[in-house]
Amino acid sequence: MNSSLTFQLDGATIPFADGQTVMQAALAAGHYIPHLCYHPEFKPHGSCKLCTVKVNGRTTASCTMPAEAGLNVESEIEELNALRRTLVQMLFAEGNHFCPSCEKSGNCLLQALGYDLEVHSAGFRHLFPDRPLDASHPDILLDFNRCILCELCVRASGEVDGKNVFALSGRGITKHLIVNAESGLLKDTNIALSDKAMQVCPVGVILKKRVGFSVPIGERRYDQRPISAQALDDAPRQSDAGGSCAACEGTP
Amino acid sequence: MATDDLCLLEQIVARHDNDASKLLQILREVQECFGYIAPAVVSSLATTLAIPRARIESVASFYSFLHLTPHGEYRVLFSDNITDRMLGSQDLMAQMCQQLWLQPGKVSEDGLVSIGTTSCTGMCDQGPALLVNGRAITRLTHQRVMEIGQLIRNRTPLADWPADFFRIENNVRRSDLVLGSTLLPGVVLRIAQVLGGQHVIDTVKASGLRGRGGAGFPTGLKWEGCRNAEGAEHYVVCNADEGEPGTFKDRVLLNLQPDLVFEGMTLCALAVGAKKGFLYLRGEYRFLLEPLQAVLLRRRDDNLLGKNILGFHGFDFDIEIHLGAGAYICGEESALIESLEGKRGVPRNRPPFPVTHGYLQQPTAVDNVETFCQAVLALHIGAAKYRAIGTEKSSGTKLISVSGDCPRPGIYEYPFGVSVREVLQDCGAVNTRAVQISGPAGVCLGESEFGRKLGFEDLPTAGAFMVFDDSRDMFEVARNFVHFFAHESCGFCTPCRVGTSILKQTMDKIAAGHGTRYDLIEVENLDRVLQTTSHCGLGRSACNPVLHTLKHFRPAYENKLKSLDFEPAFDLDGALARARQMTGRDDAGAHLKGEGI
Repeated sequence: MNSSLTFQLDGATIPFADGQTVMQAALAAGHYIPHLCYHPEFKPHGSCKLCTVKVNGRTTASCTMPAEAGLNVESEIEELNALRRTLVQMLFAEGNHFCPSCEKSGNCLLQALGYDLEVHSAGFRHLFPDRPLDASHPDILLDFNRCILCELCVRASGEVDGKNVFALSGRGITKHLIVNAESGLLKDTNIALSDKAMQVCPVGVILKKRVGFSVPIGERRYDQRPISAQALDDAPRQSDAGGSCAACEGTP
Repeated sequence: MATDDLCLLEQIVARHDNDASKLLQILREVQECFGYIAPAVVSSLATTLAIPRARIESVASFYSFLHLTPHGEYRVLFSDNITDRMLGSQDLMAQMCQQLWLQPGKVSEDGLVSIGTTSCTGMCDQGPALLVNGRAITRLTHQRVMEIGQLIRNRTPLADWPADFFRIENNVRRSDLVLGSTLLPGVVLRIAQVLGGQHVIDTVKASGLRGRGGAGFPTGLKWEGCRNAEGAEHYVVCNADEGEPGTFKDRVLLNLQPDLVFEGMTLCALAVGAKKGFLYLRGEYRFLLEPLQAVLLRRRDDNLLGKNILGFHGFDFDIEIHLGAGAYICGEESALIESLEGKRGVPRNRPPFPVTHGYLQQPTAVDNVETFCQAVLALHIGAAKYRAIGTEKSSGTKLISVSGDCPRPGIYEYPFGVSVREVLQDCGAVNTRAVQISGPAGVCLGESEFGRKLGFEDLPTAGAFMVFDDSRDMFEVARNFVHFFAHESCGFCTPCRVGTSILKQTMDKIAAGHGTRYDLIEVENLDRVLQTTSHCGLGRSACNPVLHTLKHFRPAYENKLKSLDFEPAFDLDGALARARQMTGRDDAGAHLKGEGI
């Protein structure tokens, strides 16, 4: 790593390698920037906007912003955390999220971020969308109520599994997750429990049947330590080989 | 419905070379032939094109004019711009719904007809307007709507409807450099080709020409950047996805000066070294497709397109027309490119910019219809003369689309620097309360600002100029624009997808008489989030209509507010709406006391 390749993040000097984004370099250097749709194994696309930072005074998504020498990046400031709080509130208002009865509670990135950012109220009127479950598959349940449209399952199924089981349909607030079957049902796709797409959902949409609540709420991942600490456990995060992804939005 | 060969699925796909990157064009033709895209058709296309069927659904569901479920033999969409509303479109739609026993947004029981609304169809100077199966009908009156209802009831084929229904006026009220041009096709191209591509770029740079789509990027710099960018192929794209409500100048240019448009694209191809160009035509202008294709054919016959243009060895260039299918966001250049590639029209992350990584990741010059016309004329009259027109930083002329409260709506071409007041005088507007410049994303001006000038120094504009007189409620204008943004948000990023819907709810809450001062504070809060975190310009400007009208016409809001500082968003009386509908009652007794009657 070239030592002249550094930028400033909240006053700290962050080294980076060519091709890394601000997010990748920051995480690798042990600095957490809140994020939801970013995943170290996939090409970033920047849709959730939770990772918004100020770069030389201008706001931008840090997961898609290429790192450059000499940048001045601000992240851990109240102005940005206020924006992030509102974005989390928006995601909660958009779907139907009932944490107390959700199998993902304690393991859910959205919930964990909410706690970490100290989101204390709903903030907005809930939209209460009508999103029927898909329980057709013998081993897998899809609860679309909790979908935050991060596209990680779309990317995983397309790029890693090579199956394209998931896609996004509709536009704007009617945008929603669909599966690759004429019936519209998961049982008619070729998804398998071993698929990468089964592992990446940050919320409780894609669930394995018959293992619900095997770990009690209160003893789960983000019940132990806040997400800001745990995200760094996965570092250093490598940027993947990249390549275009036809199923992913916003990626060239 | 589909009997002739043109409508055989295999034929449609074959016409597009079995190429998945032509997916949108294939789907558009399927829609046109069959009225909707059936699940079995999706599966069949998936097999033929070797792509996942979910991807086809994903693309089709993005565009308003494509349907995955039956939508009626006759699909009627009323243009829902504020100018249509001001001309009575809502009453006309209610009339048609009543005549055909139908609810808006629903398909009739017999599968005959559906009636709904669509974003501005670019007929603001001759509204109210609608689209029936994609074809525009303007100058709607109660009489005309009744006749349309009858034709639908009688299942009269669209081809047999009165031709006058489909007549589109140009309404050119003031001509200058572009609209007054009588240049013969090929004249400028012949000279440019002798002088070479670098000369084209130098002249366009020296002319000071800036993009006419609103952003005003220097055209010469863009072309030079594209020329210098490395890539196996270079592309020229003409952005004719004129979706900004209140704008219709590109429709008139494509109708009156198509040769200027195509000549400009060919000049650009010469400059950047492109062999292939696209004209991305908005779906609402479907009626222009055949006339434009005829012009392309003539230009090929005249050797102004095709191989060895004008006998110049190695100068090969041709243009393909790509139709949109009802998505405003595709007017954003990177979303337009995604759409050209047969995908959902979602704006890309930038950088890289299209000039280096555009269509199929190759260097691409994307310019507005009017910009290409202006470029031809700048080359024709020379940089110095062109620069002398307009103002210092805005050289040349600008086409303005005037609509709303004035006796002479239509197209006005002025040198840059014309004041808002001059335009108002020319179009005969009186008692003007406000002017909306450059569509909902632009600015709303009150009377004190009518001295401001159109141009990049002061009021940059793509050309929309909507006039509102003192009888108009500016709150309702802003509410219409807010609904527009919510409808057209692509849904990619959280702030715009959710924020535009929340903003719409808030405006509806105020309109229903439940608004409080707290809601106005909420709007300002939303604006901050949308402006700073949105993926593209749509989200960033979605709050503009509210903020601008609040600035000038705060009483229009405050009159509607309850005096309370806070009122819950839940609308008790509104919650009874469904019960009222089921019982067919709407009398006072079916409402909570003193609410919503």
